[in-house]
Amino acid sequence: MLKETPSQTAGPYVHIGCIPQYSGIDGIYPNDPGCALPADAQGTLIRLGGKIFDGNHDVVKDALVELWQRDGDGDKGIWLRQPTDLSNGFYQFDTVMPAAVLGAPHICLWIVARGINLGLHTRVYFPDEPKNEHDPVLTSAGKRRDTLISTRPDPEEDESDIGFPVYRFDIRLQGERETVFLNV
Amino acid sequence: MKQRSLKQRDYDWHPQALSPDYKSSILRSPTQPLLRVDGLASELDGPAFSPDVIGPLDHNLIQNYAAALGSNGEAIGPRIIVHGRVVDENNRAVPDTLVEVWQANAGGRYRHINEGYIAPLDENFGGCGRCMTDENGCYRFLTVQPGAYPFPNGPNTWRPAHIHFSVFGTAFAQRLITQMYFEGDPLIQHCAILNAIADPKAVQALIGRLDMETSVPMDCLAYRFDIVLRGEGSTPFENRMEGN
Ligand SMILES: [Fe+3]
Repeated sequence: MLKETPSQTAGPYVHIGCIPQYSGIDGIYPNDPGCALPADAQGTLIRLGGKIFDGNHDVVKDALVELWQRDGDGDKGIWLRQPTDLSNGFYQFDTVMPAAVLGAPHICLWIVARGINLGLHTRVYFPDEPKNEHDPVLTSAGKRRDTLISTRPDPEEDESDIGFPVYRFDIRLQGERETVFLNV
Repeated sequence: MKQRSLKQRDYDWHPQALSPDYKSSILRSPTQPLLRVDGLASELDGPAFSPDVIGPLDHNLIQNYAAALGSNGEAIGPRIIVHGRVVDENNRAVPDTLVEVWQANAGGRYRHINEGYIAPLDENFGGCGRCMTDENGCYRFLTVQPGAYPFPNGPNTWRPAHIHFSVFGTAFAQRLITQMYFEGDPLIQHCAILNAIADPKAVQALIGRLDMETSVPMDCLAYRFDIVLRGEGSTPFENRMEGN
């Protein structure tokens, strides 16, 4: 039996290898892997975004976030990859509402950054979703389940005006309201 | 959708999330235990990539940056092959999986907006590359030996020379980012990031070995770095796609 190769932090320059165009390295690859929703993804467009906070409530501006989910029909997998913006720390995915497969509709996220020694798995669920009641992960999260449920912005404050629903999902690496991370 | 189980991850083998000597980990490490997810889970499936996305120079960090700018210039530094095999814990090859790398140039300088080290940029070096493993799980890069570099962690802290690796496998739960170090580098024992790993055997697993057999006479040396992803567990689940 072999042992898994130990993880090491992605460091502050993960963009060079994973999203080179975002770091200003143009032309080696035709585009940054995972930067766009596959054309054949079925379902209702949504925008998912938020910020990552450290234990000091400071915004983490050098992380990389990867997404894995089912499309709206449930038969196609979608993988996307985005940075937390180097200047404002906001990450954002334009994707589709996932079908309810293996529990309530959810999106898997994986977060790596400087200072994170082993990539962190978490999940995004959706507010006002009746299936949340019986989802095994939400149930076992107990009192901390709300850290896994995204929110809709107050319509008064929502200036995005993009014509499809926006969901906000902030991630707290440490401390008060620390996000539930998964051993999966 | 192929569903299976994976062996439980050995969190004691990996670097500890909170490693106070590595300052960046202090405020970025979760304090609550990870929530165990049992049974079928979305993370046991994952993305697949087509070899068609890989360009002919993507694995060649000596030439790929200059070529993208329309020149045939080459990066400065000791020319090396870095190669190895991606397998799982059951020693089964992981074929057709995407391997991405990034690194500093031969002087220890990254091409990145947040980089402030005084070592110069190399006009012919971008520092990123990728390839897919072949049917035996083998991968291969051509690059220059990266330099060591200082980082703001303590009064005089340096990273040993290293190459960052990102590997996918076939399940999101296998996703791995790590770093390869170089056999014989005296900075390895002084590295706060490596010292976050408790077991010396685990540190050894991250050291690429000089591989004279693969080196090319009068051209380049070679280093071998094998990568092990989480393996299948003994109890595959029934394939149930629908419902709760
Ligand atoms: Fe580095």
